[in-house]
Amino acid sequence: MGNLFFEIKEGLIIAFRAIRANKARAVLTTLGIVIGVTSVVLMSTAIKGIDTSFQNGISSLGADVLYIDKWAWFSNQEWWKVRRRKNISLDEFDRFKDMAKSPLAVAPTLWTSETVKFKEVSLENIFVTGTTADYVQTSNFSFSNGRFFSEIEGKASRYNAVLGSEIAKKLFPRENAVDKEIKVGGLNYKVVGVLDEQGSFMLGNFNPDNQVYVPIGTILKHFVNDNIRSVTINVRAKNTASVEETKEEAIGVMRKIRGLKLSEENDFSVNQQEGLTSNYNQTVGVIQIAGFFITGLSLFVGAIGIMNIMFVSVKERTKEIGIRKAIGAKRRTILMQFLLESSVICLLGGIIGLVIAVILSMVINQVLPTSVQTDAVVLAISISLITGIIAGLAPAYSAAKMDPVEALRYE
Amino acid sequence: MNIINIEHISKVYKVGTEEVHALRDVTLRIDKNEYVAIMGPSGSGKSTLMNMLGCLDTPSSGIYQFNSVNVSQMSDNDLAKIRNKEIGFVFQTFNLLPRSDALHNVELPLIYAGVPSSERKERARKALVDVGLGDRIHHKPNELSGGQRQRVAVARALVTNPSIILADEPTGNLDSKTGEEIMGLFNEIYEAGNTIILVTHEEYIAEHAARIIRIKDGYIEKDENVQKRYIPKKSIVNE
Repeated sequence: MGNLFFEIKEGLIIAFRAIRANKARAVLTTLGIVIGVTSVVLMSTAIKGIDTSFQNGISSLGADVLYIDKWAWFSNQEWWKVRRRKNISLDEFDRFKDMAKSPLAVAPTLWTSETVKFKEVSLENIFVTGTTADYVQTSNFSFSNGRFFSEIEGKASRYNAVLGSEIAKKLFPRENAVDKEIKVGGLNYKVVGVLDEQGSFMLGNFNPDNQVYVPIGTILKHFVNDNIRSVTINVRAKNTASVEETKEEAIGVMRKIRGLKLSEENDFSVNQQEGLTSNYNQTVGVIQIAGFFITGLSLFVGAIGIMNIMFVSVKERTKEIGIRKAIGAKRRTILMQFLLESSVICLLGGIIGLVIAVILSMVINQVLPTSVQTDAVVLAISISLITGIIAGLAPAYSAAKMDPVEALRYE
Repeated sequence: MNIINIEHISKVYKVGTEEVHALRDVTLRIDKNEYVAIMGPSGSGKSTLMNMLGCLDTPSSGIYQFNSVNVSQMSDNDLAKIRNKEIGFVFQTFNLLPRSDALHNVELPLIYAGVPSSERKERARKALVDVGLGDRIHHKPNELSGGQRQRVAVARALVTNPSIILADEPTGNLDSKTGEEIMGLFNEIYEAGNTIILVTHEEYIAEHAARIIRIKDGYIEKDENVQKRYIPKKSIVNE
């Protein structure tokens, strides 16, 4: 063991001497590894970042909430089969609310996209969601200021608005939003509450932070009616354990409302956060496979480059190998020398790649929360080491088995 | 005591379909503290014999005993060990590592012998001082003259205290004055009790040795002691 340690130590010193003597070549050689390691580290950190923000975002949808929609969020049903589905109307929602017994709360939502204004500040294409007071329960909102509109205000279609945190920040950068008059699609609304920050950028416009909530009646009256756009019924189960039960009941109730015969399929869909998760996992899975394929390819090309240079290096140093063998270097010693050299070159590439990845991830961090984790570092180091050993094996072996007499004669 | 005991060795190379007999039934003994020159024209088998003596090559048939150990069938690794511990090579073209300084070049056989760093450096330094290069230990080969390079090579050959010094045309790349200095160095090494085998094709160089073995067409043509050995003037070690 001590002998091997000694050989590795001496081999490393020799490897560093050789690399130092050919710095430019070593750097160029290892470029493929640099690119490969940079991309593998960035890939894994970026995916981790996307994952984290997706998980944060998805939790705002709630694990115990069902969304009854005209269509499934993600499905592989043929479009022609489902395109004739009827919109879900507010009437149907009212009947659903009466008939469904197991939910904790149910609330309708109907969205429109409007310009929201306060004094000179104008925000275009803002998601305005019409709903009832029960929505505060189905969505589990908390407030940084004020409250949600009340049941009475909702039923009476008062012009009250609740602002998402981002909207409030933009419209009222310095003042309290509550009790201010804003214009939504040209109509006056009174702000009654501002939400805490809820979601994440992943959900885009669907992020509660970028939305305005108003009584559903005002939407139906002024902006869009339920003939044109289907209402979504938000159903919150009493707890996560009773989600399935609640779902069964919801399907039954909806079928009754729609008057479907036993033989007929559902003409509505019950969506869940789960659907989003599995769809997300599929997408990320594809990205991952593609990413690792590309990374693998660049590492492979890098490895071939290193193998090529190592062969050249062995050929160039035939005389040196002859000298070393003549004065007592064993096959193993020569093998080790060249293996260590290619490993060190790759390791340097790996470290350079890692540094680049860390810098790039700091840049990406401005958009997507990412940071290079220890496991990515371990991955990068081991990948570059393994590549170095594999790429160095054949050249090192060809050096080790050289005949000293022939090698010494080489000019 | 024989250091080298060669009995009936032959070496056959295959060049294409043709067989080349580089050595034919050579028998040879060399004792401790001998100074032997091996002479012969090119193609005589002199180089093959030298490679054989230096354990760089193994015979096709016959027995080679080195210090009473049969090395004729040894594996590459075992031969490497013998070369490392028992044989000091001095080549015509010096064969130093061009990018390493004199100290590292001399240190190299000790690295392969597994000698720890501090002891290694001390021994290498001493060997360089012994050949008169105490003030050049950190010079690289291209910063040294031909004679100085050959001294580094001699220091490298001596640093492991080998049983034999095997010098292959050590003055071939040197002018006659420098060559004479190197021969002076060899004389000192010989007088200090070492065994030297000198391969050369120059009569004048061979006459520095005490015994000349002449090779022709792969066999020993003549093996005789030199009547009046040429003793060079003392090497100017610290010029």
